[in-house]
Amino acid sequence: MDSEVKKRLLREMLFARRFEERCYEAYVERKIGGFLHLYPGEEACAYGVLEAAKVGHDYVITSYRDHIHAIKSGVDPKAVMAELFAKVTGCCKGLGGSMHIFGVDDHFMGGYALVGGPFPLAAGIAKGIQMKGGDEICICFLGDAANNQGTFHESLNMAKIWNLPVLYVCENNLYGIGTRIDRSTAVVDQYKRVSGYNIPSEQVDGQDVEIVHEAAKKAIDYVRSGNGPYFLELMTYRYRGHSMSDSNAYRGKDEERMWSKRDPIIMLRDRLIDAGKLTEAEYKEMDNDILEQIENEIIKFAEESPEPPLEMLEKYVLIENDPWVKGGSR
Amino acid sequence: MAEIMFWEAVRRAHDEEMSSNPMVICMGEDIGVAGGTYKATQGLYDKYGPERVIDTPISENGFTGLAIGASFLGVRPIVEIMSVNFAWLAMDQIFNTAAKVHYMSGGQLRAPVVIRSPGGTAHQLGAQHSARMEKVFMGIAGLRVVTPSNPRQAYGLLKSAIRCDDPVFINEHELMYNMKGQVPDTEYFMPLEGSEVSRSGKDITLFGYNISVHWCLQAAEILSKQHGIDAEVVDLYALNPLDRAGIADSVRKTHRALIAEEAEPAVGVGSEIMAIINEECFFELDAPPVRVSAKNVPIPYNHTLEKSAIPNANDVVRAVLKMFGK
Repeated sequence: MDSEVKKRLLREMLFARRFEERCYEAYVERKIGGFLHLYPGEEACAYGVLEAAKVGHDYVITSYRDHIHAIKSGVDPKAVMAELFAKVTGCCKGLGGSMHIFGVDDHFMGGYALVGGPFPLAAGIAKGIQMKGGDEICICFLGDAANNQGTFHESLNMAKIWNLPVLYVCENNLYGIGTRIDRSTAVVDQYKRVSGYNIPSEQVDGQDVEIVHEAAKKAIDYVRSGNGPYFLELMTYRYRGHSMSDSNAYRGKDEERMWSKRDPIIMLRDRLIDAGKLTEAEYKEMDNDILEQIENEIIKFAEESPEPPLEMLEKYVLIENDPWVKGGSR
Repeated sequence: MAEIMFWEAVRRAHDEEMSSNPMVICMGEDIGVAGGTYKATQGLYDKYGPERVIDTPISENGFTGLAIGASFLGVRPIVEIMSVNFAWLAMDQIFNTAAKVHYMSGGQLRAPVVIRSPGGTAHQLGAQHSARMEKVFMGIAGLRVVTPSNPRQAYGLLKSAIRCDDPVFINEHELMYNMKGQVPDTEYFMPLEGSEVSRSGKDITLFGYNISVHWCLQAAEILSKQHGIDAEVVDLYALNPLDRAGIADSVRKTHRALIAEEAEPAVGVGSEIMAIINEECFFELDAPPVRVSAKNVPIPYNHTLEKSAIPNANDVVRAVLKMFGK
């Protein structure tokens, strides 16, 4: 990976960090409602994998921790923030919310709030790709705890027997809500669990975006070449609680300090500085630019946008004027 | 018009739609090589191949979710869930994804998936193979629910459901696959909303759906021949949305209403129709509406007890006579 790409990724990941931190503030200010699941600490996962994908061409689907996957897939951050602010200019017109970000034009097929729900949907999207004969793949990002749902096993099995072009990316952040993985899961190494389905898998450091990118390139190439599903486990850590209602009381400060030393953004920044490709001052300027963009463009847009009209309440329950509801047009 | 069996009507709808649109697929347990438990997909595996007639593992939530995901890309899957009892396992994907994804994506995604499944009590299938789940499905915003009472409806509803962009659940019945009926020779698409007057009458409306339409028709014959009561029978083939206008029109004409349902009474088709009658035409009523429902029990294995748990035409007749003070 050349240093210009690294610098761009650094900027993108720093943007993701600041975007999520600003969401936190907006939530505290009650500008954002409902549940809010933030991504800080895990940035190298989404950016490393999707940097290796054909964004906008490949299909991406994930859980409720979805803002950043949407943005890296091409969804306008203004539309994401406006959605969080429940505005009609949001990517889902204010009907979805934090857990349901969609950007179908960018092939971002959504965030889903039932743990493990996207596993079969991803396999189905891959079935659709297979039927249409394209070279897209479907990339499904979910956390480690989702692997204790039946859908994990059902979907891996079907993806293998039907040779579906789907890459399952496990962001293993070691906690299922507030329960540590070894207290909930018999086999802690998630990549080992898929061997029962004869699917190739790998576990790598999810904090180093270059390592993630390399592993993802290999995985994506495997899937795109028609070999069927692949499972990539990324070892990572979320800095904040599962959601905003999580006090984080279940884990120790020592553990948090240890992981903060392996921060994906700081590691990449220091690597660029050590290589003489970036200065502290340039980094600071980058950060200031991002903060300014978030405040003056993104938050401003979300703040100033109107709420959805009341007439929208019943608009998308069923398809409007579908001719087959009346038995066809004849 | 030709007289064919219910299963043949379902099979014909599959065949025609798969023939005209290469994106139509069907999937379910034993539907391919084995031809389907109720023969509804017989011969399609040989004709369309394993990519489009898919024998699934026994993973109801998984394969239903897979079908929904495929539908996002324009595939039009017809999922057969072998028995409606197994649909409980797929409820997560049906309710949480299929019914909600169009709405929560702000209209961006559509899930044009058809899920067919037989329910009802049959011949001593026991508590876990005798569920009647239509009342569960019909209460969910975003999911269309239809339930054919004859081969013509089975054919015409499935044809329209496959082409409709909404997710559609088709509630079939274990006992009805060998029922014969007239089906048009040419292509026929039924509306997915509305109701049909199966028998016109002036003294009382008997509302039925799926198998209970037949109890109502039998009861109407008995009432007419033996008791001089002229009953109208309304077939509610669409359970979500229900035909509020059609229900009210018939009650305004007959001023009395009975609902026959195979399911337990609580939170059911009957209670919903009674509520609609109250809301739409309460002052047209000459008597309180009544329900003829199943007993509120898990279905027993013993044949006599099983039959006692489920209503029939005679129960409908008795309830009508009571309403008329006879």
